[in-house]
Amino acid sequence: MSQIETFYDVMRRQGITRRSFMKYCSLTAAALGLGPSFVPKIAHAMETKPRTPVIWVHGLECTCCSESFIRSAHPLAKDVVLSMISLDYDDTLMAAAGHAAEAAFEDTIAKYKGNYILAVEGNPPLNEDGMFCITGGKPFVEKLRHAAKDAKAIISWGACASYGCVQAAAPNPTQATPVHKVITDKPIIKVPGCPPIAEVMTGVITYMLTFDRMPELDRQGRPAMFYSQRIHDKCYRRPHFDAGQFVEQWDDDAARKGYCLYKMGCKGPTTYNACSTVRWNEGVSFPIQSGHGCIGCSEDGFWDQNGFYERVTGIKQFGIEATADQIGFATTAVVGGAVAVHAAASALKRAQKKNEEA
Amino acid sequence: MTTQTPNGFTLDNSGKRVVVDPVTRIEGHMRCEVNVNDEGIITNAVSTGTMWRGLEVILKGRDPRDAWAFTERICGVCTGTHALTSVRAVEDALGITIPDNANAIRNIMQLNLQIHDHIVHFYHLHALDWVNPVNALRADPKATSELQQMVSPSHPLSSPGYFRDVQNRLKKFVESGQLGLFKNGYWDNPAYLLPPEADLMATTHYLEALDLQKEVVKVHTIFGGKNPHPNWLVGGVPCAINVHGVGAVGAINMERLNMVSSIIDRCIEFNKNVYLPDVVAIGGFYKNWLYGGGLSSRACLAYGDIPENPNDFSPEQLHLPRGAIINGNLNEVHDVDTRDPEQIQEFVDHSWYDYGEPGKGLHPWDGETSPKFELGPNLKGTRTHIEEIDEGAKYSWIKAPRWRGHAMEVGPLARYIVGYAKGHEDIKNQVDGLLRTMDLPVNALFSTLGRTAARALESEYCGRLQKHFFDKLITNIKNGDSSTANVEKWDPKTWPKEAKGVGMTEAPRGALGHWVRIKDGRIENYQCVVPTTWNGSPRDSQGNIGAFEASLLDTKMERPEEPVEILRTLHSFDPCLACSTHVMSPEGDPLTTVKVR
Repeated sequence: MSQIETFYDVMRRQGITRRSFMKYCSLTAAALGLGPSFVPKIAHAMETKPRTPVIWVHGLECTCCSESFIRSAHPLAKDVVLSMISLDYDDTLMAAAGHAAEAAFEDTIAKYKGNYILAVEGNPPLNEDGMFCITGGKPFVEKLRHAAKDAKAIISWGACASYGCVQAAAPNPTQATPVHKVITDKPIIKVPGCPPIAEVMTGVITYMLTFDRMPELDRQGRPAMFYSQRIHDKCYRRPHFDAGQFVEQWDDDAARKGYCLYKMGCKGPTTYNACSTVRWNEGVSFPIQSGHGCIGCSEDGFWDQNGFYERVTGIKQFGIEATADQIGFATTAVVGGAVAVHAAASALKRAQKKNEEA
Repeated sequence: MTTQTPNGFTLDNSGKRVVVDPVTRIEGHMRCEVNVNDEGIITNAVSTGTMWRGLEVILKGRDPRDAWAFTERICGVCTGTHALTSVRAVEDALGITIPDNANAIRNIMQLNLQIHDHIVHFYHLHALDWVNPVNALRADPKATSELQQMVSPSHPLSSPGYFRDVQNRLKKFVESGQLGLFKNGYWDNPAYLLPPEADLMATTHYLEALDLQKEVVKVHTIFGGKNPHPNWLVGGVPCAINVHGVGAVGAINMERLNMVSSIIDRCIEFNKNVYLPDVVAIGGFYKNWLYGGGLSSRACLAYGDIPENPNDFSPEQLHLPRGAIINGNLNEVHDVDTRDPEQIQEFVDHSWYDYGEPGKGLHPWDGETSPKFELGPNLKGTRTHIEEIDEGAKYSWIKAPRWRGHAMEVGPLARYIVGYAKGHEDIKNQVDGLLRTMDLPVNALFSTLGRTAARALESEYCGRLQKHFFDKLITNIKNGDSSTANVEKWDPKTWPKEAKGVGMTEAPRGALGHWVRIKDGRIENYQCVVPTTWNGSPRDSQGNIGAFEASLLDTKMERPEEPVEILRTLHSFDPCLACSTHVMSPEGDPLTTVKVR
């Protein structure tokens, strides 16, 4: 067992001291609501626990989730794969093929019954007896069910597994079906987006490894820590929205000044994701920063909402019963007033919250 | 039974049948079956695309300005190339021209994804066919360091300590007993020929390339907001340029341009110091393994790409060459017209679709669809549990495209053969230089290794081109031109009632075309013919075999039950199955007529 590189080894190798490690264990215990007596137990588990086996299967998809995953900067994808998890089956990256690959799949299920994480990229089509996606000569849905049966938990990567994505857009000719509609008896974490942000993907995995539990999920089954806020609310161009400064045409003066893209069809106001905070590819940019509106790729059925350049209507802001359009056309004085009201309301809320906590 | 194909191959399906399903380290789902004779030589090959998503059906009735986002999701590996092809098709249909800066930025993005894709393909999808990471444990780090300095004197990461660290990490990984991605690999197969030091060097670069690739794509993030799946725009590019004035922080400014420039330099460095030297070093140990030529010496097709000037796709204006070679005659390169209904046609006799009559070929503008999943009488197994496929009947979700009736190879090797035959100066210099270095004749190009080498050369060439277009962009900005989009025809009210167009690119895997028909502001019909559709095509009604199948023939397998050689050759094409398995829509039919049985 001593030869297995444990979570502790990984942390040490990354330059984390024993002292920091123990502090980390205390914090973990506190976060889990456990007393100080549990700290040594957590430390012991982390020092000895082998890497968690992961089976990563692919249905109907475009592999953008895998591609996104390997872009992760912190942690680096190579550290996740070499030191944090044991990626025992992934047809996109594994060395073996055919029978040898299938054997790796079966071995992992048998050996780690109830203890492996099943990561699903893509979804199963149900039409044509499932034969729109064939693997090992059989319908992919069979493989999915088989792997799900003994999994500890399932991660639905991306819009395909979470909601169906592009192949499920009308008229959904293959009856591409999201994972949770096929597997109904397992905990499922949806990590939507086309693809999800790399650091959100590795963030979800490392959260599960670190705290040994499922992340808190919202009503739709998404990790609350990354998907509970609208892109619009954290967008750095939001002040231009509030000030009524909009791009009216591609490459106009407002576009060159980085004004709000709402009128160009930006779906930021109706999209819940971490793009405007975590941003993409090590924080380099995100769609709005690079001049194109958000297309809402982490929302259920975003392909069949209005076109990507049609304006979102009826959104509320500031908790005031005015739509974005009205605000957009309103005079600066009114907007200024609204901002002031908004700021005051926020301050009040903060004060109330502090009182509750105290 | 022995048969002769019209395109010059002999098939014999009497030997032992070997099935590889899933074929791993590819994009999407694929199955391969071969027959092997008593000497372990492949005498028959059958490649099956095992997925279908129906994207073109889904596109009908939608806003053509949105099509790039749908088609981009055909593939997240060559992410962006479908989107570019789509905006070109729509612009062609509607007569929209783009500004010079948009052309430069699009080219930089397309070249960037070409480089990214080639590097990830070589190191993360293909390398394990040549490189044995387990054998790397036996390497002497000092000797590895010497090898590294010999093959690439200017690569800074070459000390014995560096290789020892990587080796220790690898050792720990292997000794943990949790082999992860390396589990069940064919590590004691005699097909692996590298000495431990070369294995260690290449495995180290597997990790270096994994770190590098996430940097390469940041060019997409800057211009397109994210990667995978950056954003594009009909009429130009969505990112505005502002390097001088108020609000420059919200646009493409000096800081952004500097980041692009530094990434372009890193790509050039990596190609020069790591990728190309690795291909030469690894190739050197395998230079007697010259299997896998297939169609490459007989029939190659390229549409060409990377226009020097916007809106001009004439062949002499393209940096990546256009042309078709047939019957092995390299002295004559035919021009390719993607609008000509006689040139490109797709057939479905052995594909799970129905055209109503046998032997019928259709040009993409006039496509039809009816998926028809049926298996032949000689199938072993059942409809939902296929043990051995019957290639005499329908056997793939991939259609069979043909150029003037010929099965064609597409991709980096096809581009390089067309370029070489046309006397393309950069390509000729690169190819001649490589052959000289490796002491190989020109016909060594027609091989699995040739395909892999052409990809590396192309990555190097694309790196230089990226710089060329970056310089062009800077010059334009210097001269006061910051325009990135043409919005004259953004409003659908300005469009003709009916229009049709075609967009072409050279995707990393080969010639890619999108054909669109627009009616009343909506997509009436959309059709993609994709590189892997060409390469992975099943037989046609005449019995011509496609590039995958042809390339596997006559290969000697060390151990038929371990498909190292099959993987090696299939991977050399960099198969992308999500791309290849698509469908055409019947012209004018409502969406609901797509019959899914």
